[in-house]
Amino acid sequence: MTMRPDPTFHASPKLAMEAPAENFAYTLLLSPDFSKPDALAVIDVKPGSPTYSQIVHTVTMPNKGDEFHHFGWNACSSALSPLAGHAFIERRYLIIPGLRSSRIYIIDTKPDPTKAKIHKIIEPEEVFKKTGYSRPHTIHCGPDGIYVSTLGGGGKDGTNGPPGVFIMDCETFEVLGRWEIDRGPQTLHYDFWWNLPRDYMVTSEWALPPQFESGIVPEDLLANKYGHRLHFWDLRARRNVQTIDLGANHQMALEVRPAHDPVREYGFVGVVVDTTNLEASIWTWWREGGKFHAEKTATIPPEPAPKEKLPPLLQGFGAVPPLVTDIDLSIDDRFLYVSCWGTGEMRQYDVSDPRKPKLAGSVHIGGIARRTPHPNGKAFAAGPQMVEVSRDGSRVYWTNSLYSTWDDQFYPDGVPGVEVMANVGRNGGLKLDKDYFVSFPDGYRAHQIRLEGGDCSTDSFCYPSA
Amino acid sequence: MGWPLAVSAGLMDKSPRALFRALGALAAGHLLATLLVLLPFAFLLVLAEWQRSIQLGASLLVIAFGVYRLIERRHPRTLARIPPTQLALWSFAVAIAHGAALMLVPIYLGLCQAFELDAGHEAAGVLMKASLGMAVLVSLVHVAAMISAGGCLAWLVYRYLGLRFVSRSWFNLDIIWAISLILVGVVALVFNLASWQ
Repeated sequence: MTMRPDPTFHASPKLAMEAPAENFAYTLLLSPDFSKPDALAVIDVKPGSPTYSQIVHTVTMPNKGDEFHHFGWNACSSALSPLAGHAFIERRYLIIPGLRSSRIYIIDTKPDPTKAKIHKIIEPEEVFKKTGYSRPHTIHCGPDGIYVSTLGGGGKDGTNGPPGVFIMDCETFEVLGRWEIDRGPQTLHYDFWWNLPRDYMVTSEWALPPQFESGIVPEDLLANKYGHRLHFWDLRARRNVQTIDLGANHQMALEVRPAHDPVREYGFVGVVVDTTNLEASIWTWWREGGKFHAEKTATIPPEPAPKEKLPPLLQGFGAVPPLVTDIDLSIDDRFLYVSCWGTGEMRQYDVSDPRKPKLAGSVHIGGIARRTPHPNGKAFAAGPQMVEVSRDGSRVYWTNSLYSTWDDQFYPDGVPGVEVMANVGRNGGLKLDKDYFVSFPDGYRAHQIRLEGGDCSTDSFCYPSA
Repeated sequence: MGWPLAVSAGLMDKSPRALFRALGALAAGHLLATLLVLLPFAFLLVLAEWQRSIQLGASLLVIAFGVYRLIERRHPRTLARIPPTQLALWSFAVAIAHGAALMLVPIYLGLCQAFELDAGHEAAGVLMKASLGMAVLVSLVHVAAMISAGGCLAWLVYRYLGLRFVSRSWFNLDIIWAISLILVGVVALVFNLASWQ
């Protein structure tokens, strides 16, 4: 509890853009064969620093087999919500969910990121007992607590009841219980985000644990059994108000990215693969006349490739699907970054007109068939995956691992953990930074990145930029 | 209280009218909260022979609430659950939760003391009417003061100071708020005890 609001809290997206740049990037490391404990790496991203682009601190966990995914802060700009009436908690703790273990780590990043340490561990039994959910996946800081999405329900294989969202206290980190009161037709879960003043939440769908934990299930994919719906919720009443089916062939509707400016009532979602033609797509959803709508606004075609360059999973298709596994929207809502993990491309779309995305930039790196090296000459296995944009919109960071068992299916030659960064031109355009190339220790893969002081997939705002 | 909500409403709708509409809803909720707390005391005052006990009890209640706010400084989660469209409800709940309405009780009871002396021999009905009138007056004056101060701040931020003021110039008043509750209670208690002898 502080006397003044945390200096990293910003009332509007515009103020967040004007804040000082990040000095550190936090990156989750996971041991894909579960032989070592997962870890949090702290990377120096301050230009000119003698340790620039190097790991300056590592927090190693005491357990194995957690499989870290999408972590987040205990508090962010949403704490300035005038409805919450208090903004005196600190952005201090990183909440790291173990997707495979259902264990949650609370990491204290103060007084200095290079001295970050474990503050508390929430054991899986507590999550199971208090929520009936398992496989915690995404963390968002809300004005009244920490919201955690899960991919599994109860029982050993997580199929006993639907997965959903639960809430944790942002100071004591006590698991408070389920968020949903009326879930309507929602039975699968993946990502979630919201518009706080407009009072709605959007959730997406991936799959149930038996469909992802041992790898992608090709029969289920071709039978369109993965998630393909968007759910819209009344955020305060905690009930489903509308569900939009994108069509069964649009398999795996993953990351949800609403406009940061709360007066804008639209957002984006990425679809991994269309089972009719292997293309990936970007959809725009928006609210008009009290109803939500969604339409496909950009597509990325597959790339033909010779059989010998393909993993067994794809050899029958003779092509590489783009596999859009992550998207991220700059804080000014102008550029949408799209990771094509299969073809090895990071795309930048100008989404000033949200229903007409225009390709504004692109860089190739890695890829199943292309295997484009980094401009510094070093190899880059797999493709662009979790992407994070700096608050000022001029630096785009990304890693290369998707999920341990899926990495092995699509990239059987291995996925050594790497993090790179691209610089953004004033009016768009992407260029990989030759000097920024983080190689993680042997046996570790890299997943999500969080930037010191907040980033484009963390903070939500209660005031418009005007 | 609640001025940042009025700023938010004005900015979201891009209209000063939305800001003033929000202030109106905030005032209505606050007024309701103060009336809800004061009216039972207005009715209780009819029990003339118990007046001293009522005043002492009220002072202790305010002190106890202040101490509670000092120990339990977290805001009830239900406040953040109220939809942005229900500003009056939010304002009502916050005024109750902070003890803003409760703080008026010692002041109100102090004001009523004068009434009680003049009306000592009058019928209970007249006394009650006077107490009710005073309760409403105290509530109205309090809400007018609150909303004009908050309104000025909301307007200044909306029109001139900008949102940086919200991010940077907000002070944590929770401790001061709790201490002022205790102070008001103690002052009322001391005056009551002093005038008793």
